[in-house]
Amino acid sequence: MNGKSIKLYKVAHSRAGDKGNTSNLSLIPYNESDYEWIGQEITAKRVKEHLQDIFDGDVIRYDLPSIKSYNFVCKNSLLGGVTTSLALDTHGKSLSSALLEMEISLPG
Amino acid sequence: MLKIGSGAGFSGDRLEPAVELAKKVDLDYLVLECLAERTIAIAQKEKIKDKNKGYDPLLVDRLKALLTVLNEKRFRIVTNMGAANPIAGAKKILEISREKDIACKVAVVTGDDVILELDSENDILENTHKLKDYKVISANAYLGAEALLPALKTDADIIITGRVADPSLFLAPMIHHYNWSLEDYERLGQGTVIGHLLECAGQITGGYFADIGEKEVDGLAELGFPYASIDRDGTGIIMKTPHSGGIVNVRTVKEQLLYEVHNPSQYLTPDVTADFSNVTLTQLEKNKVMITGGSGRKKPDSYKVSIGYHAGYIGEGEISYAGTTSVERGRIAEEILRKRLSNSIQDLRIDLIGLSSVHRTNFGNEHPYEVRVRAIALCPTRTDAISIGNEVEALYTNGPYGGGGARKRISECVGVVSTLLERERVDKNVKTEVLKNEWEINQTL
Repeated sequence: MNGKSIKLYKVAHSRAGDKGNTSNLSLIPYNESDYEWIGQEITAKRVKEHLQDIFDGDVIRYDLPSIKSYNFVCKNSLLGGVTTSLALDTHGKSLSSALLEMEISLPG
Repeated sequence: MLKIGSGAGFSGDRLEPAVELAKKVDLDYLVLECLAERTIAIAQKEKIKDKNKGYDPLLVDRLKALLTVLNEKRFRIVTNMGAANPIAGAKKILEISREKDIACKVAVVTGDDVILELDSENDILENTHKLKDYKVISANAYLGAEALLPALKTDADIIITGRVADPSLFLAPMIHHYNWSLEDYERLGQGTVIGHLLECAGQITGGYFADIGEKEVDGLAELGFPYASIDRDGTGIIMKTPHSGGIVNVRTVKEQLLYEVHNPSQYLTPDVTADFSNVTLTQLEKNKVMITGGSGRKKPDSYKVSIGYHAGYIGEGEISYAGTTSVERGRIAEEILRKRLSNSIQDLRIDLIGLSSVHRTNFGNEHPYEVRVRAIALCPTRTDAISIGNEVEALYTNGPYGGGGARKRISECVGVVSTLLERERVDKNVKTEVLKNEWEINQTL
């Protein structure tokens, strides 16, 4: 690592999906060759820390090497669920943008 | 080669992309998926008020636009726009076809309404409650592709139903067309991948995707809807309406493949436990992506049932502040509202829109020019809900300076939880009936 960091949105894109009270955030590197080092940086633990002001549920990461993508499943992240949530964004559709605000260290 | 198009990704979706797709591509099937989690509960309430209602509110507009093309090109429509009342929806379609003087047969699949099969001790999946703890409005099982097969075997032009798992609406025509076995789980898994990719319409053609920089998408105002060309072995190629806006590439497909997916190797539907983890994507040419590698294992033993319940009343009020001290005045307004409402309202939520309302944090961006204070709570009574908007509005003359644009709103809140039900208790009620318009009957008699 050379210590230089950038925002995650520079190197990857993301889409949020909702089911009940669980949100899933895909993380898809623009360049498939970045899959490995992004995976070393963006662990489930770091995502949970980054999003701690938004929700406090567990985060699980699923790896999809066949499409060089990750899937972060965030439990209890939609304030009780889409249908009764009082959040402005009840579906959590904008949570993908919060994930992409993470700082990531570029490989040296 | 089987061609299936996607004509709507949710109840409120645009109308004309489906018509454009059906006109410009020789489809075998056009699927319109229009039921969100709680849409059916809201429709059930309509049905209670009027037994001829309870189908999708845009059914009339969508079918008026599509019937003319359907008559010219003779593809088949599959849709869950029946919502809480598929029979009434089918009758309405026949009424429209009579007005247009178009011969039309509609097959109606019912049996998803399982309210009579549930009992008060049923466990709720999301928490430790029982069904008896809820004021239930509706209970609908997510039916699978199998439920649609008898309807597809008829000569109906339109197949209308209520709650069916979204990918199953697409998988059923594949099973019917290629005569796939309902135990060929590998094939059903691949077909489910294709259905899952298509079910949200524009979300795979550049909608819910566009951004500046790496993700620029042209023509979002004329976004083309997707279709897939599907081979006997399940291999699918995703494309979109020719000469339309949007884009289909491996990036849009990857995003949609993982949309609303938890464990990608265990995507549960009524038809199969689908496995998305070995899917491979190949960009064949511009706006053309080939999908292979979807797989699956045995289907779950029970059906998921979605239960709509009365959750109370939501009261909401908003007011704006602008200028250098807008955030500070927003905070004064928040303090006033908390003092005024804390005795009567539980769990009052107050956001400063423009500062931190979407995520409750803003990662250090602290100085917007304007903010909008939003107060909201879920209340047991309508009277409590009304008080929230009233208190916000009263900030005009009782709050900090320069408050403008107050709005207030109350709405009944329909919540959704789920339970599981044994297959037999659902399957025994699933049936198909075919309705024809009088013009057609007169012709055949």
